[in-house]
Parts: sequence; structure tokens; C-alpha cells
Amino acid sequence: MTAISPTDRAAVRATSIVAAEARARARLRRRHALVIGLRLAILIVSLALWELGAYYNIIDPFFFSSPSGIWEQIWSWVTEGTSQGPLWLQIYVTLEETFLGFAIGAVGGIAAGIILGRNKLLADVFSIYIKIANSVPRVVLGSVFIIALGLGMASKVALAVVMVFFVVFANAFQGVREADRAMIANAQILGASPYQITRTVIIPSAMSWILASLHVSFGFALVGAVVGEFLGAKQGMGLLISTAQGAFNANGVFAAMIILAVMALVVEFLITRFENYVVKWRPAPFNEQGT
Amino acid sequence: MQLQTMAAEKLSQAAPPADAAIAIDDVTLRFVTPDGHMMTAIRDFTMTVARGEFACVVGPTGCGKSTTLNLVTGLLRPTTGNVRVMGNPVTEISRDIGFVFQADALFPWRSVIDNVAAGPLYRGTPKAQAYDRARDWIARVGLARFEKHYPHQLSGGMRKRVALAQTFINQPKILLMDEPFSALDMQTRTAMQDELLDLWSELKSSVVFVTHDLEEAVALADKVYVLTAGPGTVKSVYRIDLPRPRVMADIRYDQKFIEIAKVIWNDLREEVQLGQSRGLQTGH
Ligand SMILES: Nc1ncnc2c1ncn2[C@@H]1O[C@H](COP(=O)(O)OP(=O)(O)O)[C@@H](O)[C@H]1O
Ligand SMILES: [Mg+2]
Repeated sequence: MTAISPTDRAAVRATSIVAAEARARARLRRRHALVIGLRLAILIVSLALWELGAYYNIIDPFFFSSPSGIWEQIWSWVTEGTSQGPLWLQIYVTLEETFLGFAIGAVGGIAAGIILGRNKLLADVFSIYIKIANSVPRVVLGSVFIIALGLGMASKVALAVVMVFFVVFANAFQGVREADRAMIANAQILGASPYQITRTVIIPSAMSWILASLHVSFGFALVGAVVGEFLGAKQGMGLLISTAQGAFNANGVFAAMIILAVMALVVEFLITRFENYVVKWRPAPFNEQGT
Repeated sequence: MQLQTMAAEKLSQAAPPADAAIAIDDVTLRFVTPDGHMMTAIRDFTMTVARGEFACVVGPTGCGKSTTLNLVTGLLRPTTGNVRVMGNPVTEISRDIGFVFQADALFPWRSVIDNVAAGPLYRGTPKAQAYDRARDWIARVGLARFEKHYPHQLSGGMRKRVALAQTFINQPKILLMDEPFSALDMQTRTAMQDELLDLWSELKSSVVFVTHDLEEAVALADKVYVLTAGPGTVKSVYRIDLPRPRVMADIRYDQKFIEIAKVIWNDLREEVQLGQSRGLQTGH
């Protein structure tokens, strides 16, 4: 038996900790690779089944299209343009309407939510009207806007605005109401004026509510713009879908759908980046800590 | 008359003198509950805190301790009676007041230094100067290395230190504290109590410190107010003549301290029992 001096033991412990850490990291990497691999496998298998099904006429490609058909459609739109002009122009028009509607609706919703959240009387008076307005099926307003504002961009933007406004408003209002009373009292006693309280306490504490609603409502803005185009337009992805529908072109409908989904995902990614930047003070969710 | 020799002198209540730092004179406060009833939170309440005095308020839960503090800040108005701070009736939130809350009232989206600088910035101090002072105060509470941290990255004790710095940076003449250390573990609490007495002896503010911990009250205070179970009113007032400076870790083994705490506990016990039995009845 040999005696181990304390320094030896410390060194042994240090190396074993390093080894354990390396093992844990390798395990995490393997798991990550497994998840990605499984996701890809599911995608490939389902696309293959769809394609084969269409090829052997188990799934009728006339109604349900096929991956290769969709791809051909997208490729021809990209290279030759659509019946209503180049593809990028359609995407641009729809995105412009969506962003404008989203921005106006979000800013309006946030402002209204904060004003009503901070003023009990206004909230009590207006809450009933907001409930009524909110219960109108919003898509129906699209027809109203087309009649009133014409086939141009304004009617689509207006529809996107109403789609976004109520969601953001409801969240901003709730966020303002949930602002911590002790925190508000603290700011008051530290010397904050009502305006300073709104700016430095109310808005930051409502921020996570507002950001959550922005995620959802961008999708709503896109729906508003596309439905608006669907109901009557000269440009845009919605018109592309409605033209394809009119020609019983399932490939076209699916291709436009996929382009819209990609647009939504890209913007969703950007909003998440923005959110992480704005609320960097928030503790990491428990399962992300220590990795 | 044995009480005097034990350094816990029971005081008789008189109308507050005009120059007191805080004077609550025969105040009753009723809340209108959401179902339209009136609920008396405190009644016939009289309390005086002289300039530079450290007063503690003890009483069972729900007896109106926080309500009392809110009367002094002006966040609540008395139904009858009047409240004066530094000789003036309370009409708005006074700039002389500092308040340390029981719960965390730090701004979680601001770093430590931004939290501490909040008071001066709200009050219109130029930015550079506000941050200089904030840095100073953060160093004084021993958090110099944590200026850029966010509250969620600090321990409970460290967050309380930030809260103290945030309050003390405004150099309040009146310091109100609502069970500030009740969520801390024993060692941290003792350290914070020492820290508080240090800061207080420098700043010479008048303090009202609310707690439900009698030993904490006796250890810190010049004067202890015992409240009755709700609706709260002052049951008795004791002057604590333990010498200063006091060391929190040792004082609880001091013979005189133990005797005083016993005397006051005899007074408080029945109120606590009353408060508890009522709490059980009403389900609070
Ligand atoms: N805003 C309020 N509206 C109605 N009742 C209240 C309000 N604030 C406090 N109370 C009631 O007043 C009493 C005293 O409350 P409080 O001062 O918070 O007690 P303590 O701080 O001693 O525990 C309690 O019974 C409480 O329910
Ligand atoms: Mg309380």
C-alpha cells in the first residue's frame, strides 16, 4: 500500500472531473445528432411515401399534388415567373402588406393596452366595446375593407391590422395589469413620476406578454394579408393561390402554401432573436442552465 | 416598577409632539372591500418616532403593520385622524422617505447598478453623477464585483443588499422597512441587521421597522410598539435601553436582552394566539 499525498489526490480528482465533463459533452452531442437525424428521417420517409403514393395513383395527384409536382411548380415560378408577374414580386407584395399591418396593429395594440391598463375608468368604459368588436369574425371584415378601400394594398393592410390589434391589445393590457404592485410602489417612493413609472416599470414588465403576442400575431397578419388578396387583389401570394384554385392546379396551391410557410418561419426566427435580445435579463429556462 | 431596572420601560402614550419625525395621531383606517363592506384595518392608532430614533413594530399577521407604513408614505390616507412627517401633513409621497419591501421589489430587467441608480435618476440627478453615487453605494454594501449582474443572478441576501443600497442612495430622513429580512436564512439575516445598524448610525434617519419576529425587534430598536390582533391598535410601547453599538450575533445571548424579550413576549403572546384563532375562523 502506498500513501497518496493530498496534492496527488487533487490532481487525480481534477483529471477525473475533466474526463467526466468530456463524457457528458460527448453524450449531449450524440443526443443532438440523434434528434436531428430522426427529424430528417421522418421528413424523407413521408415525402417518399407521398411521392410513391402519387406515382402509383394511391393518392390522386390531381387533388393532392405530389412533392415532385410542387417542386416543378415552384421551379417554373422562379425561372419563368407566374401568370401575374415574377414570383419575388408576389412575395414582396404580400410581405409588405403583412409587415405594414403587423406594425400598425402591434403599435396600436400596445398603445391601447397600456393606456387602458393604466387608466381604470377608460378600461371600464371601453372594455365592453372591445369585447363586442373582438367577437366579430374578423375575416368577414375583409369584404368590408375591399368594398371601402378597393383592390389595392390598403384593404389588405387594414385586414392584417385588425387581425393583429386585438391579440396584441389583450396581451399588453394583461401585462400592464399584472405589473407587480410592490415594484410600482418602490418606483413611486424612489421618486418616479407617473410617466417614468409607465416607461421604466410598466412597459418592461408587460414586455414578455407583448412579445409572446407578437409571435402569434405575425401569423395572423399573414393570414389577414393573404385572405385579403384572396378576396380580391391584383398582386400577391393570396391571388396566386386563388388563381391556382380556379384552374384546379393543386400543385400551385401547395407550392404557394409552402412559400408562405417558409416566409412565416423566417420571420418567426427573427422575432425570437429580437425577443432574446430584448429580455436578456430573464433567467434561462431551467433545462438550458449549465449546458 | 421592576420593569425600569430591566431596561424595558413601558411607556404611556401621549399626543405626539409637533417636531417628531413621524407622528400618527389617533388614526383609524377602513378599507372598502370589493363586496362593498367596510373593514377596519387599524383603529385609534397613535405612534411617534423622534428624529434619529429606531422604532420597531411587532404584531400578529394581518394586524395592520403594512397599513401603518403605507399611511406614512402617503400611499394610503387615514379615514380619520392625521399623519405628519417631519412636522408636515402627508399629502404626497415625500422625497424624505425610503422604503424597503418584504418581497423583492428590485427591477429584474435592470442590472445591479441600474437598480441602485434608479432613485437619483428618477429625481433628475445627471446620469454620470447618479452612476458615480450608485457605484459608491454598491461598494459600501460589498457588491462591487456584481455591478453588471441582474437580480436573478444574485442570492437572496445579495438582492437585499441591493435593495438597501437602492433605498439608502436617496439618503432618506425617514426609513420604513416592512419585514425586510423575513425571507432570509438566519446567518444572512444577522449580517443584514448589522449592516442596517451601520448604515443607520451614519445616516441618522428615523426608522420604522416592521417585523413579526420579536427578538429582531428588541435587538434593533430604541422603542418597540406591540400591536393588538386586527383591527390593530397600539397595545403597549417599550423603550429598549440596550447599549449601542449592538452586535447582532452576540446580543441574543445577553442576559438583559433575554429578560426584555420575555417581558414583551408575555404581552404579545395573547395577541398572536388571538390572531391565529381568528385566522382559522376566517380562513386567512
Ligand atoms: N387594499 C386593501 N383592501 C382591503 N383590505 C386590505 C387591504 N390591504 C390590507 N387589507 C386588510 O387590512 C388588514 C391589515 O393588513 P396589513 O397591514 O397588510 O397587515 P400586516 O402587514 O400586519 O400583516 C388585513 O386584514 C388585510 O386583509
Ligand atoms: Mg405586512
